[in-house]
Amino acid sequence: MSIWGKVAVAGVYEHPTRYAPDKTQYQIHAESARGALEDAGLTLKDVDGLFTSGVGPIGILSLAQHLTLRPCYMDSQAIGGSSFVSHCLHAAAAIDAGLCSVALVTYGSLASSERFAVGTGGGFLGDPPDNFEGPFGPTIVGSYAMVAQRHMHEYGTTSEQLAEIAVTMRRHAGMNPQAKYRDPITVEDVLASRIISSPLHLLDCCIISDGGGALVLTSAARARDLRKPPVVILGGAEAVQHHGIGRRDLLDIAARQSGPLAFQRAGLKHADVDMCMVYDSYTITVLATLEALGFCKPGEGGAFCSAGRIGLGGALPLNTDGGGLSSNHPGMRGIFLVIEATKQLRGEKGAAQVKNAEIALCHGTGGMLGQRHSGVTLLLGRA
Amino acid sequence: MSEKPYKKPLPRIDEESRGFWEALQRHELYVQRCRSCSTTRFYPRAVCTECMSSEVEWVRCSGRGTVYSFTVTHQNQAPGFREELPYVLAIVELAEGPRVMTNVVGCSPDAVTVGMAVEVVFEDVTAEVTLAKFRPVG
Repeated sequence: MSIWGKVAVAGVYEHPTRYAPDKTQYQIHAESARGALEDAGLTLKDVDGLFTSGVGPIGILSLAQHLTLRPCYMDSQAIGGSSFVSHCLHAAAAIDAGLCSVALVTYGSLASSERFAVGTGGGFLGDPPDNFEGPFGPTIVGSYAMVAQRHMHEYGTTSEQLAEIAVTMRRHAGMNPQAKYRDPITVEDVLASRIISSPLHLLDCCIISDGGGALVLTSAARARDLRKPPVVILGGAEAVQHHGIGRRDLLDIAARQSGPLAFQRAGLKHADVDMCMVYDSYTITVLATLEALGFCKPGEGGAFCSAGRIGLGGALPLNTDGGGLSSNHPGMRGIFLVIEATKQLRGEKGAAQVKNAEIALCHGTGGMLGQRHSGVTLLLGRA
Repeated sequence: MSEKPYKKPLPRIDEESRGFWEALQRHELYVQRCRSCSTTRFYPRAVCTECMSSEVEWVRCSGRGTVYSFTVTHQNQAPGFREELPYVLAIVELAEGPRVMTNVVGCSPDAVTVGMAVEVVFEDVTAEVTLAKFRPVG
């Protein structure tokens, strides 16, 4: 008895804001919830499962109060930006098990208007591993940069190849009226932007925006009677990677564990995937993730991402909304991966539509790629 | 010890790691080895994750290693670091095996490469805390 194919994403909403000093974080949660429930043709009264992240240790209780919800299932998974992709897996299991019937996932953040230094701030939590890292000044971008440096050393990957990923995301953002940055950029622009943490330049890094979004999940059977075509969860898996006792290969990332498991659970092959939504916190994140998921061999990511393959019209369009590199990144981008994939599978994307998109892969990365991070892979399909 | 107030985060010295930090105060670098299954581990912890034994011994390191990866940090808003930009954050593979996070010091950031041979240099940052950093050999 598996849960795969039995639970659907029935409603999605991406908050249009990219800068909202006139709003609160919880307001963005609520406005996003309204949008996703309206998209599904459901109301707040139907919700009996609540999922969120980025709200503080018992913040989900505050969110329940703010929405006046009394759910019988709650999950405030906190594994970084991938948390919302993980919520979809957890909601699928909970709905199939009968623990809840309508799951609402919400996200809201004012990272931009509160001038929160997402990738280049301090961040010392005092957990055991932090004591052996924090004193030396790791930043989030620095952690990813060490993966990029090692990748360049082992495989000869170039800054030009990484830059091409940023250029492609910007091209996609040009087709998204809500994207924060829409003007085209070139490889030369990326290379000319200042170094934040070598070898990563400013334009290798995701932007910082405000924003939020919401998802509504329910059984595939119930979703068939709702407003929009259901998008079903065909398979998925989550993983964590870390240095353990100090032996880690920096290029062995969590996606190498979650990817094959997700494909196996869905009974799908890479060739079945029509498009990808891959967390693009940095250009290296995309390259390393595609390799780890098995779309190309280790070391071939640079060549794989060039020549238009991951652009709209290419063999494997990726981040068709412009991604975190150009559209929006309020700190934890995972929810937008599922929102965009759902819109693509419904055929709602107009000029940015991937033709005949039937299967989409989402992969969220959370935490610090060169230290501790999560990876969650989700395979979605038309019902 | 630095004359200016030290602003960077300090490690929390706890019962699992006290021996490591006390050795650094003596300018000695140690990793742990399980007495039961001989697995070497870093960072220090009470229970071996290979065999779950609590029997542990400390192994003194040569202080030699190679740069496994690094980044020259040009932006970090955190106090203590923002005054020292750019600095080199690195993962060094110790001759004894474990890979540790550190800073490479004592050379221009531009001179650091993956695979570079380095040796430990002890930096007394407060009365209680000494950090193991690394500099190019020779």
